[in-house]
Amino acid sequence: MEHLALDALAAFILLNAVIGMVTYVTLLERKFAARMQSRIGPYRVGPHGLLQPIADALKLMMKEDIVPRAADRWVYNLAPIVFLIPCVLIFATIPFAPRLGLADLNIGVLFFLAVSSLEIVGLFMGGWGSNNKYALLSAMRAVNQIISYDLPFVFAALIPVVLAGSLQMSAIVAAQQGLWFVAYPVIGQLGFVAFLVATLAAENRVPFDILEAESELVAGFRVEYSGMKFAIIQLGEYAHMIASSFLGALLFLGGWLGPGSDIPAIGVLWFLLKAMLVFLVVTWVRWSFVRIRVDQILAVSWKLLLPATLGLLLVTAFWVALRGGAGA
Amino acid sequence: MSEYLAVAIFAAFIVAFGVVSIGVAWLLRPARPDAVKLENYECGAEPIGSAWVQFPVGFYLVALVFIVFDALAVFVIPWALVVRTAGLGAFWVMAAFIAIVMLGWVYAYREGVLEWK
Amino acid sequence: MATVTFFVVAVLAVASALGLILKRNPIHGALFLVINLACVAVLYLSLGAEFLAAAQVIVYAGAIMVLFVFAIMVLIPGKEETGPDPRRAVRLLALPVGALLFVQLAMIVRPRDARVPPPPAGGSAESLGTLLFTDYLFPFELTSVLLLAAMVGVLVLARRRPS
Repeated sequence: MEHLALDALAAFILLNAVIGMVTYVTLLERKFAARMQSRIGPYRVGPHGLLQPIADALKLMMKEDIVPRAADRWVYNLAPIVFLIPCVLIFATIPFAPRLGLADLNIGVLFFLAVSSLEIVGLFMGGWGSNNKYALLSAMRAVNQIISYDLPFVFAALIPVVLAGSLQMSAIVAAQQGLWFVAYPVIGQLGFVAFLVATLAAENRVPFDILEAESELVAGFRVEYSGMKFAIIQLGEYAHMIASSFLGALLFLGGWLGPGSDIPAIGVLWFLLKAMLVFLVVTWVRWSFVRIRVDQILAVSWKLLLPATLGLLLVTAFWVALRGGAGA
Repeated sequence: MSEYLAVAIFAAFIVAFGVVSIGVAWLLRPARPDAVKLENYECGAEPIGSAWVQFPVGFYLVALVFIVFDALAVFVIPWALVVRTAGLGAFWVMAAFIAIVMLGWVYAYREGVLEWK
Repeated sequence: MATVTFFVVAVLAVASALGLILKRNPIHGALFLVINLACVAVLYLSLGAEFLAAAQVIVYAGAIMVLFVFAIMVLIPGKEETGPDPRRAVRLLALPVGALLFVQLAMIVRPRDARVPPPPAGGSAESLGTLLFTDYLFPFELTSVLLLAAMVGVLVLARRRPS
């Protein structure tokens, strides 16, 4: 019973940490984007706009919630929550420092991949349930995006798994004790770049944001959502984005490893710093590049990225098998 | 398996968070629906017909190829895990496996299936 | 604890399977299938087969997505499929065939021994990988040919014929 209470407490803390992080990462992104465009961004609510995310959350809570008459009410209303579950659940297996995570599963990376692949269900429910043409087109484009970038994402994420010989997150970090995987010659850098590109696409961010292309589809699958349901969808998207950043930092940048990381608090700080670095690179790309076309997305992935990541995985495995054989 | 209990509790909390926040918003927000407001949004134009119509999907063939590669990925995962200990033999086995599946990829490429139509 | 989980999940699985069959709207059916597959994944987990559970979610998430695509392309989602059944005779044949399948299944699943032996290597991904590359090498390699055949076959069948 005590064990159960402990689990519940940990889950509660993690949920609040995720929500807090998401809330403030939106501010970070807005500030960062503003600086890139020579603006100052949110400034008025609280010192340097520090209370802006809270004001936004309160505002969205007070807004009217409109359900279109033509919508499929059940599907439409359930979609935000169905979308939220996988987006936040992927945090369950991420350790923030040695033994500081909810569940350090044996199949950690696989759990992340499997759960995040369920994101499309909620997205499709929202896009189809609204009975809106923009939303439905957006949902179909989301499917296109996933069939294009899910496989490169999986194969790129498997490169560290091959190097570490484990799917467990903590074991992957432990294997980077000597050298971060990103520093492995050629394999590490190419793998990290492929991972970043695939993450960018998995998060539906520019230049892969065809499913919410403002100029043609307005806001994509969430165009009919307002008020708190809209807020929940946004929360889910950002949670997924941050989780992917954490995964990138963990798989390639050595997780919590760094000077002084023997102390858990400093380890957490290192991890957070690296994850935010990945996040800011993604944001930087978002504010610098233009959207690429639907057919280009398909072509880049299937003709280049898929064979490239598979080849890279094979090369990595060959190298590991060669060395492993010699060592043992 | 006890770790999965924590994961399940976490999932339950996520659902609870979603339900409670929508519920609280339901208490706080105004509700003044009218006929125009409840129309589907099409940038101000009146929507013609429902969105639920049949329409062609440009990538349905690629979607079919995707499932096959998804199955390939599922075979690659346990291999990625053991290739370190299993050595070069396991590597060549998987290399042959991937080569055979990639023949299908070459076929799809040559037939122009990987093109958006 | 495990028994309670089993019964809750099993009831949910059967209910969602019924929903999948009885709903006339193809998208609703696909959504019930999602619940059903999630339930089966949880059952795998409760048996200790973590890898199988995750693999099932990965593969079927992709499959469901494609189902969505086809529901939109081929059927008119949102409208119910009604009217006379063009293949009534064939479907009546499904009843005896289904019954036969059920009997077969019941014969396999019937507990032969009250003491079910533990699985030889466990359900972890490591043991599965090791088995795949030792005892089951040949069937494993053959699977690649199966995948190739599936891919080529589906492309040949599903392509729009030039008319």
